[in-house]
Amino acid sequence: MTLSKRQYYRSLFRDNMRRRLLADRAVRAVVVAAVVVAIVPLGSILFEVVRNGVWALSYEFLTEVPGAAGSGEGGIGPAIQGTFIILGLSALMGVPVGVFSGIYLAEFGEGRLARAVRFFTDVFMEFPSIVIGIFAFLAVVLLLGHFSLWAGAFALALIMFPIVARTTEESLKMVPYTYREAGVALGLQKSVITMRVVLSAAKNGMLTGILLAVSRVGGETAPLLFTILGSSQFFGGFGVPMDALPLRIWTLSLLPYEDAQLHGWGAALVLIFIIMCINLAVRSFVLRKGTGFGTGGRVVFLRALSRR
Amino acid sequence: MARIRHASLGDRAFRAGCMLAGVFVLAVIALMVFQLVSESWPIWEKEGLGFVTKSDWNAVEGRESYGALPYIFGTLVTAGLAMAMGVPLSIGIAMFLSDAPSRISGPLGFVVELLAAVPSVIYGLWGLYVFRGFFLDVVEDPLYRALGEHVWFLDSRPFGLDILTASVILAIMIIPTVSAVSREIMKAVPQQQKEAAYMLGATRWEMFKLAVFPYSKTGLVGASILGLGRAVGETMAVTMLIGNAIGPNALADTLFSPGQSIASILANEFAEATPGSLQVPALLGLALILLAVAMSINVVAHLLVTRMLRVREGAINN
Repeated sequence: MTLSKRQYYRSLFRDNMRRRLLADRAVRAVVVAAVVVAIVPLGSILFEVVRNGVWALSYEFLTEVPGAAGSGEGGIGPAIQGTFIILGLSALMGVPVGVFSGIYLAEFGEGRLARAVRFFTDVFMEFPSIVIGIFAFLAVVLLLGHFSLWAGAFALALIMFPIVARTTEESLKMVPYTYREAGVALGLQKSVITMRVVLSAAKNGMLTGILLAVSRVGGETAPLLFTILGSSQFFGGFGVPMDALPLRIWTLSLLPYEDAQLHGWGAALVLIFIIMCINLAVRSFVLRKGTGFGTGGRVVFLRALSRR
Repeated sequence: MARIRHASLGDRAFRAGCMLAGVFVLAVIALMVFQLVSESWPIWEKEGLGFVTKSDWNAVEGRESYGALPYIFGTLVTAGLAMAMGVPLSIGIAMFLSDAPSRISGPLGFVVELLAAVPSVIYGLWGLYVFRGFFLDVVEDPLYRALGEHVWFLDSRPFGLDILTASVILAIMIIPTVSAVSREIMKAVPQQQKEAAYMLGATRWEMFKLAVFPYSKTGLVGASILGLGRAVGETMAVTMLIGNAIGPNALADTLFSPGQSIASILANEFAEATPGSLQVPALLGLALILLAVAMSINVVAHLLVTRMLRVREGAINN
C-alpha cells in the first residue's frame, strides 16, 4: 500500500470520525432538549397548583361545606371527607379480590385459564375509566335506583383490583421457592403455606401495590361522574350522592367565578398533597427496603402508577 | 386417612376461592360488554352501521338522529397527534434516563414518575387556566397569522379550546408513562451488548443504534401503543380543553376548531341525557366503540411488551 493511499484512508477515517462525533453531539443536544421540553410543563403544573392553591387554604376552606356559587365562602370539607370514605370503601371491596386473584395467578397460575386471567387482568388495567364509570352506572345505579357511594366505590374498586392483583402476583413470584418447600416439608397445607409464609414474605411488594392502587384511584374523576354524582353535604349514608375532591375540582372548573377558580386550585393542592403522600410512602418502600421486582414487575408497577 | 382428606378439602376450598377471585375479571369484562351491547341495542337497530358514518347529533324528540363519526374522528386525531408529539420526547427522555449517571437519572426519573400520578383533572385545571392562554398567545395566534391563509388545516381563528390544545395536553400527559416504561425496557438491554458496542469504537449514539434500539424495538413500540391507549380513553383534561362541539360542527376541519372526543361527549352528556330517549343508547353505543378501540390497542401493546420482556428473560437465563 503506497503512502498516499494510506494517507487517503486515514483522511477518510478522520472525516468520518468528525461526522460521527458531530452526530453524537447533535443527538445528545436533542435528547437534553427533549428532557427540558417535557420537564417544563410538568414542573409548571406543580408550581402553579402550589402557587395558586396556597391562597385558598384556611381552616374554614378545609372543613366547611361549599357556599353559594360565586360567593367565595365555604370550603371543600365534604369533598375531603368523601374522598377518604370512598377510598376506604373501594379498598375494602377491591383489595381482597385483587389479593386473592394475585394468589391465584402466582400459586395456581398455570394452564390456559390462568393465562387468560393474567392477560385480561392486564388489559382491564388499561380500560378507559369513563367506560368503567358507565358500567357502574348501568350495573349499580340503575339497579338501586339512585346515585350512591356504593356505585362510586364499586367503580373505583374495579379500577383497583387489577393493579392489586398484578402487583401481588409479581411480589409473590419473588418469594424464593425454598420457602414453600420448607412449608411442605413441615407438612403444612398449601393454604397455610400461602397465607402465613409466602404472603408475609411478600408483604412489602403487596403493600406497595395496594398503596399504589389507592393513590391511583384517588385522583379518578370520570368514574365518579355518573356514580356518586357530587353533593355539597357531609356524609349522610352510603346510599346517597356524595362529593369527592376530583369531582369538586371539575365542578368548580365549570363555574365562571374567580372564587370558584381559587377554590379549584385549593382543592387541587389538597388532592395532590394526599396523592403525593401516598406515593412517597410507596417509594420509601420500593427504594429503601426494595420489593425485589424484576423488569416485568417494574413495568407492571409503572403502569399501575400512572393515571389513566 | 380422614385427617388427610380433611386437609385436602380445606386446600381445595382455598384453591377454589382464589380461582373465583381470578375469574372475576373475566366475568366483569363479559358482563360489561354484554351490558353495553344490550343497552345500546336500540341505536344499532335504528341507525345500523350508519351510526358510525353519520355526523348528526339531534336530541329533539321526533327528529332524533345520532351519528358517532365526529367523536370517533376527534378521539383518533387527538390521540394520534399526542402520540406524534409525545412519543419522540418520551423516547428521548428514556434514552437520557437509561444512560445518565445515577445521581442525575435517579432524581429525574423519580420526578417523571411522580408526575405520572398527577390526576387528569388537575392537568385539565392547569390546561384551562394556565396553559390555554400561554399556548394561544405564543403558538396558535402567531401560527395562524403567519400560515393561516396558506395552510388549510390552520385556517380558522384560534380560541384556545380546540383540537390542537387538547392534543398537546394529551401529549404532556402520556410523556411520564411512556418514558418510564421505555426506560425500564432500555435498562433491560444486557450490559454486555452495550459494552460490546463501545468496544467496537461506537460513540454513545451509535451504541444506542447498535445495541439498544435493535434489542428494545418491540418493547418501545409496545410502550408507545400503551400511551396511545391511555390517550384514547383520557377524559377529564380533554373534556376541559377540546371545545366540546356537537354534531357536524364537531368534525373539525382545522387544528384550531373545537372538536369532541368520545370520552368527552360521554362526560358532558351522559348525566343529562333524558332517560328513555334514544340519546342514552347512542351514548352507550359510543362507550362500546371506545371500549373496543381501547381494548384492541391495549391487546396489541400488551403482547408487544410481554414478548419483549420474555425475550429478555430468556437471554439472561441462557
